[in-house]
Amino acid sequence: MTDNEQVHASMTIQTDIPILEGRKAQIHQKGSQPFNIECEKQSVAGSVSQRACVFCGSRVVLYPIADALHVIHGPIGCAAYTWDIRGAWSSGPQLHRMSFSTDLQEKDVIYGGEKKLYQGLIELVEHYRPKAAFIYSTCIVGLIGDDVEAICRRVTAETGVETIPVHSEGFKGSKKDGYSAACNALGRLVGTGDTSGIRPLSINILGDFNIAGETWVIKDYYERMGVEVVATITGDGRVDDIRRCHGAALNVVQCSGSMSQLATKMKEQYGIPIIRVSYFGIEDMSQALYDVAEYLNDKTVMRKTQDLVRDEVSNLVPQLRRYKKDLKGKRAAVYTGGAFKALSMVRSLRTLGMQTVIAGSQTGNKKDYAQLQEICDDGTVILDDTNPLELAKFLEEKKADLLIGGVKERPIAYKLGLGFCDHNHERKIGLAGFEGMLNFAKEVHGTVTSPVWKLAARRGRLEGATS
Amino acid sequence: MIQALPVSQHFTATRNACKLCTPLGACLAFSGVEGAIPFLHGSQGCSTYIRRYMISHFREPMDIASSNFGEHTAIFGGGKNIRLGLANVIEGYSPTMIGIATTCLSETIGDDVKMFLHEFRKDHEGEALPHLVHVATPSYTGTHASGYHDAVRAIVDVLAQPGPTIKGVVNLIPGMFSPADLRWLKQVVRDFGLEPILLPDYSDRLDGGTWSEYKKLPPGGTTIEQAARMGQAEATIEFGFTTQESSSAGTRLKDKFGVPCHRLGVPMGVALTDALFDKLQEISGRTTPECYLGRRGRLIDSFIDAHKYVTGKRVVVFGEEDLVVGMTAMMAEVGLIPVLCSSGGKSGKLTDAIRSVAPEIAAQCEIHEAVDFEEIADQARQLEPDLLVGNSKGFKLARELHRPLIRVGFPIHDRIGGARILHLGYAGAQARFDSIANSLLEMRQHDSDVDFTYF
Ligand code: SF4
Ligand code: SF4
Repeated sequence: MTDNEQVHASMTIQTDIPILEGRKAQIHQKGSQPFNIECEKQSVAGSVSQRACVFCGSRVVLYPIADALHVIHGPIGCAAYTWDIRGAWSSGPQLHRMSFSTDLQEKDVIYGGEKKLYQGLIELVEHYRPKAAFIYSTCIVGLIGDDVEAICRRVTAETGVETIPVHSEGFKGSKKDGYSAACNALGRLVGTGDTSGIRPLSINILGDFNIAGETWVIKDYYERMGVEVVATITGDGRVDDIRRCHGAALNVVQCSGSMSQLATKMKEQYGIPIIRVSYFGIEDMSQALYDVAEYLNDKTVMRKTQDLVRDEVSNLVPQLRRYKKDLKGKRAAVYTGGAFKALSMVRSLRTLGMQTVIAGSQTGNKKDYAQLQEICDDGTVILDDTNPLELAKFLEEKKADLLIGGVKERPIAYKLGLGFCDHNHERKIGLAGFEGMLNFAKEVHGTVTSPVWKLAARRGRLEGATS
Repeated sequence: MIQALPVSQHFTATRNACKLCTPLGACLAFSGVEGAIPFLHGSQGCSTYIRRYMISHFREPMDIASSNFGEHTAIFGGGKNIRLGLANVIEGYSPTMIGIATTCLSETIGDDVKMFLHEFRKDHEGEALPHLVHVATPSYTGTHASGYHDAVRAIVDVLAQPGPTIKGVVNLIPGMFSPADLRWLKQVVRDFGLEPILLPDYSDRLDGGTWSEYKKLPPGGTTIEQAARMGQAEATIEFGFTTQESSSAGTRLKDKFGVPCHRLGVPMGVALTDALFDKLQEISGRTTPECYLGRRGRLIDSFIDAHKYVTGKRVVVFGEEDLVVGMTAMMAEVGLIPVLCSSGGKSGKLTDAIRSVAPEIAAQCEIHEAVDFEEIADQARQLEPDLLVGNSKGFKLARELHRPLIRVGFPIHDRIGGARILHLGYAGAQARFDSIANSLLEMRQHDSDVDFTYF
């Protein structure tokens, strides 16, 4: 078979997986129809969405604030499933890695959980003496109508530790609404600290979660540029830093979905401008640093930035070459939480010589998807809030060699005999920054070129071996 | 019991729970039926979290549908969502059975799922529908273990059919065992010339091979036909001392179809495994096959070889109640002392169960139900154990105490192969015992100033 025939053959693999009527508008194939994807809606019932809930959204965002107490008000599940599953590292306290819950029992559900919440909080706050406490309301609390706000006020008054409700009842929307609940909670801290001593060349890092220490890498870049980082919200976060972060000159926002609301509010209230960045891949990482330098409009900072980028890139590029050689022409699928990250993935994969054949996210908006399809090649499938069946269908039809996603996506790839790279909150490898790009290349290379696929059924069949 | 330790500070809140929620157990049970898909009636998050959690242990696809409550649903009820959800699941997956478990949310608003299902069937009259099995699993009344057992009973309620007794067919109702355990159970029963019907049987569905093309639902599981024949079996063997007998699947099969039910402890260690073999001898009228006797002999020989290294070593055991009972029984047989047996479950039966399987050590053993990991940690710090036995969540404590953790049960999400851990039978005891003994040796070697290479 010639290369062309092979590609052609790959296009004709058809699975018998149907697309649900209610989902058709959330799938777009570039080049085959005018772009008009539906998104930002509740998942279709019975579709096995890969999404979680409002609570999940706020929990991920606030998770890395390490000196705060995080208490989940509800039955045990929501807390148990989020106990120490994230790779959000702390350089100091580890309180965020604990799982506290009111663990509501039947009688609490009948008579209300307020008493238990109050009692529980008083004890926890006394014992752990956190800098602040976040109290997450889960589904059931929304139903039984506990006045969490009032209890938090009371606990704050009695203990002197600011106790902040996070209105994150799971059913009240999607993960995105959880982001905004988290931003509201953070909003109560911002502006309550002393800003004296903050330098004019200063920023806040928003929307990085210090997965595998990524915030440290990014912070280090900014410091090398001569820029002061006032607060990291929320990767390796500290309550006192967040209290005074309104003294920074600029908010640098990654993960647009999660943090833009807080940034916007700070812009309105304190006039702090916002720039939106991504730290994944050479292009986006460099662009982020240049944008910050440009904004701060300081010659020394700009020079240092140029030096930094030049050093890092010239150090990195030769190291990537060997991976690129093997990866050239391979096909990737990307399914991320937010759509902005998917853009960076497409670019990073291109840096490695790979083509993105499927790109999707759990929470993208129209604008995100428009941009995404813009940078993708013809034929790329764009997916909003997809599910295992659809992913499998397109992975087969597009003959992908790699899937980038989270833990829930992993078995789909592996069962089909293709590589997988975890780019979610549970990974233990830093993929941000220049060194992150190298890690990414190693990860992708290690999985795509692994000899194990030769033994897997699908590859055996496709490559003509007996299976 | 040893003298009561100073009571650690009591906390109203749960700190690092040693349990999971009821629908997780139900989803696991439902995944053990061929062509079945679990469906959670509630909001999206629960199903996604449970999927994520199970995938991290089994490392296999784990699709759980949700009826996806929104704000409206929570106010006006989930009737519309469940009907649409079921229709979509049927269209997408063509399942043979949908296992519907409620979450806290739908339970609390008081959704009448039975009625919804009735309406759904009426809407689709004349169409071939999958079996719809429903179980109520509000999490505030139980744990993942109770959800598991309730779901198994619900499957039996819907699928088991009456009929003349079929000789040689034996129903097996396991606990939350690993796929390796389930395989072992089936083999043992076959080796007695009996035909096992294992429910649930996720041994292939949650520990299977790669696929040449994507399968909407993983192959394997108890077939619908097998589940139907459970009402006609010669006997049921049901495992576990801490589950509610009155509401168990085995009891149901007995009450409804007159299938005799034998309740045994989980076959971990020599004595509890012997009890299973005795029962199988009784049912089959055959003697235990040679290969098992050989296995048993080698196990006991190894106990003797290593007894000095383990005697009196103090162990903290934690996890799902029946697993704790089984592991305790096995360890007590070789002179290990489980100084703390603990579980987040609260059947009220843990203490009695441990006394019955390990009477010789019961006096030296703290037994705690309904505890969380911080309580376990508080106790463990005072008890100064040599070893911990339990799931991955104990690693934090193991690291703090600088003691090895022998991984058993669920979840094992910091190691490869959680699904392949064999806990049951002489072979399971052998593997667990070897890792216990060897990790104690390793610890000794590691902590010694002398680099000795010989024990
Ligand atoms: S609401 Fe109930 S079912 Fe859902 S995760 Fe929480 S405890 Fe589990
Ligand atoms: S949907 Fe509700 S109950 Fe389920 S995990 Fe989310 S907040 Fe918890």
